[in-house]
Amino acid sequence: MSQEALLNVVDLSIELTDSVPRRTLVRDVSFTVRQGESVGLVGESGSGKSMTVKAAMRLLPRAADATGSIEFEGVSVLDMGRRELARYRSSDVAMIHQDPRAHTNPMQTIGDFLIEGVVSAGLQSKAAAIDRAIGLLDEMGIKDAPRRMAQYPHQLSGGLLQRVMIASALMSEPKLVFADEPTTALDVTVQSEVIAIMVEQIQERGLGMLFITHDLDLAAAVTDSLVVMYAGTVVEKGKAHDIYAGPRHPYTAALLASRPSTTHVKRLVSIPGRPASAYEVPTGCVFAARCPFATELCRSDRPVARELDGRVVACHRAEELTHELKTAASA
Amino acid sequence: MTSLTHDPAATETRRPKDKLLIIAGSLCGLLVFVALFGFLFAPYPPDQTDVLASGVGPSPDHLLGTDSLGRDILSRALAGARISFAGPGLIVLASAVCGTTLAIFAAWTGGWVDQTLNRLLNVVFAVPGILVAVLASAVFGAGFWAPVIALTVIYIPYYARVVRSAAVRERNMPYVEGLRLAGLSSWRICSRHILRNVVPIVLAQGTIAFGLALADFAAVSFLGLGVQTPTAEWGVMVADGRSELLNGDMQQSLVAGACIVITVVAFNIFGDRLGARYGADR
Amino acid sequence: MTIDHAQQPVLTVDKLVKVFPGPAGHEHPAVNQVSFTLESGGSLAIVGESGSGKTTTARIVAGLETATSGTVDVDGRVLAGRSRRRTRLANARLVQMVFQDPFGSLDPRQSVGAGIKELLAVHFGWGTAQLTERVTALLQQVGLDERHANKLPRNLSGGQRQRVAIARALALEPKILILDEAVSALDVSVQAQVLNLLADIREATGVSYLFVSHDLGVVRQITETCIVLNQGKIIESGSTAQVLDSPEHPYTQALIDAVPKPGWKPRRRT
Repeated sequence: MSQEALLNVVDLSIELTDSVPRRTLVRDVSFTVRQGESVGLVGESGSGKSMTVKAAMRLLPRAADATGSIEFEGVSVLDMGRRELARYRSSDVAMIHQDPRAHTNPMQTIGDFLIEGVVSAGLQSKAAAIDRAIGLLDEMGIKDAPRRMAQYPHQLSGGLLQRVMIASALMSEPKLVFADEPTTALDVTVQSEVIAIMVEQIQERGLGMLFITHDLDLAAAVTDSLVVMYAGTVVEKGKAHDIYAGPRHPYTAALLASRPSTTHVKRLVSIPGRPASAYEVPTGCVFAARCPFATELCRSDRPVARELDGRVVACHRAEELTHELKTAASA
Repeated sequence: MTSLTHDPAATETRRPKDKLLIIAGSLCGLLVFVALFGFLFAPYPPDQTDVLASGVGPSPDHLLGTDSLGRDILSRALAGARISFAGPGLIVLASAVCGTTLAIFAAWTGGWVDQTLNRLLNVVFAVPGILVAVLASAVFGAGFWAPVIALTVIYIPYYARVVRSAAVRERNMPYVEGLRLAGLSSWRICSRHILRNVVPIVLAQGTIAFGLALADFAAVSFLGLGVQTPTAEWGVMVADGRSELLNGDMQQSLVAGACIVITVVAFNIFGDRLGARYGADR
Repeated sequence: MTIDHAQQPVLTVDKLVKVFPGPAGHEHPAVNQVSFTLESGGSLAIVGESGSGKTTTARIVAGLETATSGTVDVDGRVLAGRSRRRTRLANARLVQMVFQDPFGSLDPRQSVGAGIKELLAVHFGWGTAQLTERVTALLQQVGLDERHANKLPRNLSGGQRQRVAIARALALEPKILILDEAVSALDVSVQAQVLNLLADIREATGVSYLFVSHDLGVVRQITETCIVLNQGKIIESGSTAQVLDSPEHPYTQALIDAVPKPGWKPRRRT
């Protein structure tokens, strides 16, 4: 795996400016996606994961203000001009959305949808684009691709349409793919298939991927490293396998413990309260109000993210809790 | 389990103010106030003629001038607001009640009842209001009531169409199914729950309709089939002013016309913003 | 399973068929010859993916849809139409339902307390004091308190709304509570709270659950028996543990294999 950083996010903060007082949605988020690396961005509602990705695509709503730095191959995304931005979006990165039906035009054929971007950006000729689109659909396991090209989105099932979306993301040969909850709307058996295709295609091409999901199990299964977010901040990041095997932040541990198992029955360890947004949490650790291990210090001082055994954790008590968290997560 | 630490209500931030809503709303309020109490501020009785000062332009005595009979235009515009508002007010109220009732009934019953009502409303919607009002006046005699009743019927679809689709949306919400499962009667579900949830739409729609009905009602009076001269009413005033236009005196038509335009625009914008606010509320 | 309760089923569904009107000749039954029983105080899962007919089956049991053929027998009575006031109220005391969408399952303009009081007043005709007392008790039962009674749904979080929906359903003390994907829209940490709550409630009240879900983990935690539906037909049934641990039907196996877990490798079937 190459060590070259594709996407480098440093101290990203996002605020909504159209409310009084201003609402913070994301606070000091930093992470890196390297070439050929899959990074999972995991969090519940209000964690700011979607906003972070929108910022990386420069797709934030007008009323949102992003500070900090987002660099793609060393170029600041937040400072890109109109032309650079268009080139960045059309050929450097691509996005796979949660709801493929909402991101296709019901009056446009699959073929037109697939080739529109690259042809209008002048990246490929129409004939070449059509050939490529058919080739990609074929690789996505879609049989009789030429016939599908002439069909409309409503003639395709959700799983099939999501495969078309993956093909569309790969059309421009991007270096980095953002996948925003790509299978949340799908049935489990379809999810497994779509994820398989997506991961296989992205790995084959050596692309970087930022995989956004609320499902820690899913993220751990398909990515190399994880960034766990809570209330707009990163609470833990590191190798997916390490985090899954032994979480070092109480929130990560609680997430793992509250997931109902299919193999045995147990009283679920529930975290009291509900997931909060960045602007709702008081000073101190963002998770303190719900954390069973919180102390006075946690409630008064916000822990700084720090290196610990090859990963980054934002918890005052990470060292002393190592054992407790491991037991809690696997209970 | 009860330690629900984060309460969304506690951290609720206010929605940014809709300036247009406030401006249009204040203007509408002012206009309604004028309609109710404007005659109290009129410097002259609306029917008092002053032969010595007929057809004069704005002056300290007559701020907006007088008409050809020497009546004070400002006083007539202020006093005329009352009847100019009373007609559309009644129309909007009656058509809102009928339209909403019909709409909820149709949405709840569904099937052929809904379809038949829908077609019927579409037919009514296609008929120009003024035409029916003119016809009604021709049949029942000119005056206040004939156009009011005719326009009430014509304005029913204006509500019914919008409210029906809103009510269908509500009917399909899980909470309504929950109420049905709880054994509540259709009447109760419709009157206590669905109605309450479509009222904001009715209000928004009614505000816009008020402006339009005011213009229609004034138009019928202008044609001489509604409120009759010498009663002070904006439509009548525009009509009365026509003969003065030939002499180059345009104050009367202009003032009455401006009153109508301002009212229609103010209510239109107010209703539109109300509707948008309702949408944001959901 | 339930030993302390009488072995008499509270719900018997027999050869249920539902055909939705479609183009002539292309009418596929959404529910096809589905039969099962739910023991009093028991918990049964209807497992399936979209289009499996699981929700339609539940809606027929609730009385929100009518079956093309087959019978639904609740507590020894065949559920008939809901037109008359008496049958309507009596049926409501038998079956209640909690829906998936926490945002649509409460009247947006009615406060939580007023909504529960309305149901209680219609059914029991109590006085104000008794109503208030019962509302507080119900809210406490679902982990809320009387402060929440004055709130409108939009001031509650998704988990709180779902608790309110459960409290409303429990207000009528039904024999069967149908939970239609009732926890799928919730965040994992909140979902765990609600699942624990549901387990506590069943223990405390002896209500029976008909649990409609696609989520095998959730099904494992909350039910004792399950039926697996695929394209309207039951393909496998039995105790939840047995079906999930040693599935006999390949489709059930595929469902289990598709659940992300440690070491999971997504499978490509083509």
